[in-house]
Amino acid sequence: MITKDDYHDMPDARGHFGPYGGRYVAETLMPAILELSAAYESVQADPAFRDELSSLFTHYAGRPTPLFFARRLTEKMGGAKIYLKREDLAHTGAHKINNVLGQALLARFMGKTKVIAETGAGQHGVATATAAALFGMECQVFMGVEDVRRQAPNVSRMELLGATVIPVASGTGTLKDAMNEALRYWVGAVRDTYYVIGSVAGPHPYPVMVRDFQRVIGDEARQQILEAEGRLPDLLAACVGGGSNAMGLFYPFVADNVEMAGVEAGGSGVETGKHAATLTAGSVGVLHGSKSYLLQDENGQVLEAHSISAGLDYPGVGPEHSLFKDLGVARYESVTDSEALAAFHTLARTEGILPALESSHALAWTMKEAAKRPKDQIILMNLSGRGDKDLSIVLEHGKGEGETS
Amino acid sequence: MNRITKTFQTLAIRGEKALVAFVSAGDPDRARSLSILRALARGGADVLELGVPFSDPTADGPVIQRASQRALASGMNLAGVLSLCREIRDEFPDLPVVIFSYYNPILAYGGARFYRDALAAGADGTLVVDLPPEESDELTDAWEGDGLCLIRLVAPTTPTERMRAIAEKASGFVYLVSMTGVTGSSGLDSADAARVTRDLKAVTHLPVAVGFGVSTPEQAAVLGAEADGVVVGSAFCRMIEEGADDDAIRAFAASLKKSLK
Repeated sequence: MITKDDYHDMPDARGHFGPYGGRYVAETLMPAILELSAAYESVQADPAFRDELSSLFTHYAGRPTPLFFARRLTEKMGGAKIYLKREDLAHTGAHKINNVLGQALLARFMGKTKVIAETGAGQHGVATATAAALFGMECQVFMGVEDVRRQAPNVSRMELLGATVIPVASGTGTLKDAMNEALRYWVGAVRDTYYVIGSVAGPHPYPVMVRDFQRVIGDEARQQILEAEGRLPDLLAACVGGGSNAMGLFYPFVADNVEMAGVEAGGSGVETGKHAATLTAGSVGVLHGSKSYLLQDENGQVLEAHSISAGLDYPGVGPEHSLFKDLGVARYESVTDSEALAAFHTLARTEGILPALESSHALAWTMKEAAKRPKDQIILMNLSGRGDKDLSIVLEHGKGEGETS
Repeated sequence: MNRITKTFQTLAIRGEKALVAFVSAGDPDRARSLSILRALARGGADVLELGVPFSDPTADGPVIQRASQRALASGMNLAGVLSLCREIRDEFPDLPVVIFSYYNPILAYGGARFYRDALAAGADGTLVVDLPPEESDELTDAWEGDGLCLIRLVAPTTPTERMRAIAEKASGFVYLVSMTGVTGSSGLDSADAARVTRDLKAVTHLPVAVGFGVSTPEQAAVLGAEADGVVVGSAFCRMIEEGADDDAIRAFAASLKKSLK
């Protein structure tokens, strides 16, 4: 039985977080994955790499992002104070840029001139296209046809940035299928192409590497809340698809034993089977290179996820979150499509912020939780991205008039 | 001696190379699939690979992806693949059968249960595409014996030292991926594949079967000149997709086999 005390020795050298993680990939990719592990290890010890990334965070990505006290939202809910970590204000409009700048620098360090990425909501694709433009690299982004349709503004952004968007029609045409196709392409192009994975998922070292590039969210937030309130928050909240923004926020607080909640996409409701609540309703399996919780049937076939949010519409989750769930480091909740939509409108009208539909899931849960807690408690929520990309989906469901919740 | 070793030895004595035939089991349905497997065996396949259909086959090109989808749509699962294996075993007592799978269906079935049931169904080996040697102990540790060969993969990207390490853990035969790409890719470079085959043969005494992108008797003949066997998969799956009858599949298998004699 693994306990929380074992956690600081994880992952092991082969990327195992207890029973999760690892490297479950075809042999053709294994040498590249091992090369990547070695390269990542060497840049971690390289001050020039760290300085360049830090400079890019400051002067290019716009870090640190603010920590904003949502006063009107707090008053409206009548309970705990709600702070928003404003990753929506980072360059390209989401936290995804943090990881991509790190990986693009690493790609350059490794001498790779071509990058590929998968994307769901398009935020990771936009971030990768952006970094590729900045570093003068060739970029191809795999995106499910359903997501190409529902996140059209991001498709245009990627193309304007010089990337090629490759629509993926297999499966449900969403994030899982985009990742399948990116992996297939990589199998054929692995000798000169770097694969920029966008979440804390995939084979080792990706889950660790993406966490390390995203932990800047939590590191900044920890310092900012100490400056603002003189103490740590009582609760952290973030949405979880693959789980990169949540891991980025949570990780620097693990040693503090702060309560943490990851909010998954409940789709039409977990009880309907049409959802993407992997940690809430899944079981252990292997997909896309690592072992983790997975939405699957009794034969080990992966099930289709369902969510209004393209970025959360994924049947897997990062392996470290699976460990967090088992150890009780974090708990995992879910909210439905309609709850997330309502939260979108509420934030727009109380604070003048249009949140991404992904972040709206964390927001919906945070609002409910704040209302239940006393006013002297503090909830720090990661507002992982901006909602401009989601306007057509939101408008399809009405303009939110009469929205009172 | 297991059937795989025995088959490769017998072929070596005859100066022949093995035809290893892959299909997605249950494609397009169980009854047709059984009939196709018989046609392959009668056409001269020396080893059968029964593909376990999987929802997310990331190492496969479009042809095998569609084959896998058709098999899933017909209700095929790992238990069903093993029951097909049982029928083939009864009809062809000496023919080696390898269960070819992604890891998740086996993980869901249970490693120990898979070992027992695969042996009981008369399977000789298994090949798990996304289970590199770094992760495979968790599967083999659950096995109660070593009656089932775990067929290992070597790719053109595999460095020599790693080839050696993989070969040391291998049993049955070593599957050499002929090109850097997914199954069914075009543009097979036979000279390149032959070079990697020689590299691999220099570090293992096990038979080497080479596959991926082999679709004609001519290609099979070139690869078979260096290797001990040649794997053909997508080409059969494409014939099944196009509705070829058993005679056509049998004739194609025979033409491939002829090129390996």
